[in-house]
Amino acid sequence: MKRNERVGENLNRALHDVMAAHDDTFLIGEDVLDPYGGAFNITKGLSDRFGDRVLTTPISENAILGIANGLALTGNKPIAEMMFGDFITLAFDQIVNFSAKSVAMYGRQHPMHLVVRCPVGGRRGYGPTHSQSPQKHFLGVPDLHLFELSPFHDNTAVLNGMIELGKPSIFFEDKVLYTERRHQEGLVADLFTLEFVGEGPFPTARLSIDGIGDPELVLIAPGGLAGRAVEAARELFLSHEIACAVYVPSALYPFDVSVLADPVARAGRVCVVEDAPPGGSWGAEVAHQLYSHCWQSLRAPVRLVHSADSVIPTALHLERDVVVSSRSVGSALRELVR
Amino acid sequence: MTITAQAPPELRALDDEDLESLLLVRHFERKLLDLFAAGKLNGTTHTCLGQEYVPVSLNPLLAEDDFVFSNHRGHGHYLARFADPAGLLAEITGREGAVCGGVGGSQHIFRGSYLSTGIQGESLPVAAGAALHFKRNELPLLAAVYIGDGTWGEGSVYEALNIAQLWELPLLVVVENNGISQTTPSAANMAGTVRGRAEAFGVGYHRVTTHDIHRIRAELAPEIERVRHQHQPLVVEFETVRLGPHSKGDDTRPAEVVERARQRDWYGGYRAADPERFDRHDHKVRELIDLVAADVLERPLVSGGVA
Repeated sequence: MKRNERVGENLNRALHDVMAAHDDTFLIGEDVLDPYGGAFNITKGLSDRFGDRVLTTPISENAILGIANGLALTGNKPIAEMMFGDFITLAFDQIVNFSAKSVAMYGRQHPMHLVVRCPVGGRRGYGPTHSQSPQKHFLGVPDLHLFELSPFHDNTAVLNGMIELGKPSIFFEDKVLYTERRHQEGLVADLFTLEFVGEGPFPTARLSIDGIGDPELVLIAPGGLAGRAVEAARELFLSHEIACAVYVPSALYPFDVSVLADPVARAGRVCVVEDAPPGGSWGAEVAHQLYSHCWQSLRAPVRLVHSADSVIPTALHLERDVVVSSRSVGSALRELVR
Repeated sequence: MTITAQAPPELRALDDEDLESLLLVRHFERKLLDLFAAGKLNGTTHTCLGQEYVPVSLNPLLAEDDFVFSNHRGHGHYLARFADPAGLLAEITGREGAVCGGVGGSQHIFRGSYLSTGIQGESLPVAAGAALHFKRNELPLLAAVYIGDGTWGEGSVYEALNIAQLWELPLLVVVENNGISQTTPSAANMAGTVRGRAEAFGVGYHRVTTHDIHRIRAELAPEIERVRHQHQPLVVEFETVRLGPHSKGDDTRPAEVVERARQRDWYGGYRAADPERFDRHDHKVRELIDLVAADVLERPLVSGGVA
């Protein structure tokens, strides 16, 4: 494995590995065929290699998920691609009422091996309908599992884990990550040691500063925010000598707070950051679980950081004021220790 | 669709099996409405009174492993395939022996390669996926999906038809056009026609106007074989009637419209074909359903939980 592999290359390799390993996997989506290989090149090389298991479709998100559901129902392992995560709203019925409900609504467990890939997030200037982070809209659907791409996790393990789960999964992929380098060994941002905590194919990445005992703060960030979270934590240490450990989970929902409960209880101060606007959010779900597990140990309310309560503007300078930045995370962290 | 008054068409007598299958659905649905009226059923149900001959006609044309997708009005589809009134009634009443543990109820049944859901139009793209599975694995199987005239209001229908034709999938769409969506007549719901919609995608189309099961099978057998072996999707539109309400007591049609529908009921037509034999089977099936209902309603409630 090359040290300088980009996250998008790693994800593309994961798709190649999974499709090579399982003859019953399909990749279905818009413009996914070679030589184009998808709007973000993540499916590059798949149609040349796997032929009729890579299906390019009309602009029909509902049917993409419907066909994926039909394939899953008949024992296959489809991976559906939404060109932009924003378009998943057009497939909401198929995901919520068919993919997820088919697992249990017929009175017995019926496995649905189905992964929906969603490029999400802003910072690319694509504007209000191509920049959203729709994770929150899929929280709390029985048997629907949510995951997020990170610069630390190996996507072959994550993708295999999702596809073997037997429950439909949505994989949210911050599109800015695709061109960033993966972190595997050595220090992250010259300061943080990367380890994984928790069992199974979906461990949580932990970034901590060597030689520091218990950090004063815990920062929980899904993969898309990992870079901004690490940058904020680094600045906090270098400028203010405040140590903050960053945790990056792979599984967003159902969320297993157990690996975080102990470090959060010891630090007593925790911040949860996400790209969605406030209101019914993933951060609120995590905060609720932290209150339940760590109530006696918390020294301050759980701090949430969201994007602004706003559509995501197209113009760079306007978008910058809406999306979460390392500066906005940093100021939230400083307020938390004050 | 305008329902015009006409004498019951002459129908050729059925063999015992088909006749009993028709009557099984008829008396099952009647029993459900009786049980509702007696306060013995919870929730809601959608009976297919008047439409029973549609799945009974199709049943021998479909292979055991063909995937059949049904909808909210699916009791006839299920009973024509499985002849299992006890399992279905137990499912609807949440009692032991329920085919889906009482979780699915009237609208959500999954057994073998038969599945129903309660969302209009949702199963068309799903059926296209199942059809793709059959084609790719070179199995001589098709996916059949029952929809109504009202289902054509859903975009998923068009997305799926387009793809089925583009990809040459063995998909059979059976339209039970009873002329009414809950309480809204087709005239207020649908511009153009079902035929025009199928033709717009280059999808084959066949219209069935008779209740004569022999004739229906003769017309459809070669068409369905083309779906199965040549992977040509097909829309079959049955011009049919809904005798009962949409669900329980919500029939807002004028009495004369319901009466005109009744005049087109297969029940009188098949009775006229062979009254003595018909009455004998009618009596037998009615008794069977009475016994099934009495038995099922005595059973303990399902314990719940998903096995």
